[in-house]
Amino acid sequence: MKLKKPDLLLLSALAAGGLLLGSALALGRSEGAVVVVRVSGETVAEFSQNRDAVYRIEGANGAENTLVIEDGQVWLEDASCPDRLCVRQGCIRHAGESILCLPNEVTVQIEGEADGSAGLDVVAS
Amino acid sequence: MKKTTCLAAYGVLAALALVLGYLETLVPVFFAVPGMKLGLTNLVVLVALYRMDARAAVTVNVVRIALNAMLFGTAVSLWYALAGGLLSGAVMIALKRTGRFQPLTVSVAGGVAHNAGQIAVAMLVMQTAAVAWYLLALWASGIAAGAVIGLLGSRLIERLPRTEGSMA
Repeated sequence: MKLKKPDLLLLSALAAGGLLLGSALALGRSEGAVVVVRVSGETVAEFSQNRDAVYRIEGANGAENTLVIEDGQVWLEDASCPDRLCVRQGCIRHAGESILCLPNEVTVQIEGEADGSAGLDVVAS
Repeated sequence: MKKTTCLAAYGVLAALALVLGYLETLVPVFFAVPGMKLGLTNLVVLVALYRMDARAAVTVNVVRIALNAMLFGTAVSLWYALAGGLLSGAVMIALKRTGRFQPLTVSVAGGVAHNAGQIAVAMLVMQTAAVAWYLLALWASGIAAGAVIGLLGSRLIERLPRTEGSMA
């Protein structure tokens, strides 16, 4: 198999498309976002994504999740839930992303400053 | 190819695709991003496209997706799979028809199209553009997975005889 000119052109176009997409997302990303912690739909704490923090979330029924914010990365370091899927989910850092812990009814969501209403529709019920 | 032979061939290929797709789920290599996968199934589709015809490729793919949804999937996962599979199939058929591209390139474009189709459905379902970040990761993994499948597929295509795939 030998790649010819049309192949190389299309392959580079695809690679360039990916790079373009990446830079568009990186440029368009909302800065100074807010990390919102909710338990059972109620907002219990808000943090600036730009300031490092460690916070013990008191989840439903005495459950606990440990939230860490460091260098703009947000993750759950530890959790009392049995499956710990929320811990395994790893870091989030962009507006719109979220970490869920279903057993403890905890959600951690990053919201853009201008886009603070993102999660409110869900809570309003 | 006689109609019965053809039916049997489609059946065997669809079964092969189904099994490869299942085997893949047993090896969760790419855990980080949901939807990231090698797409071994596409190997069968790619070879069917080149060694039989577009109709064989589409049939095998659709049958595989339908069976997979019935066996392991949900109503929602069916739409993701269909969007990805049909878009990637359409792109690969179109590219092959131009006659200008090697199977490797066709496979890479198909991989990207597959993931783009899934993200499009995710945007519709979840009504949010936040999944755009996944598109970036899946775009890259689509290129990588498409390249691996394309390399394997090229070898197979070189070695397998051309078969008349259509039921005339």
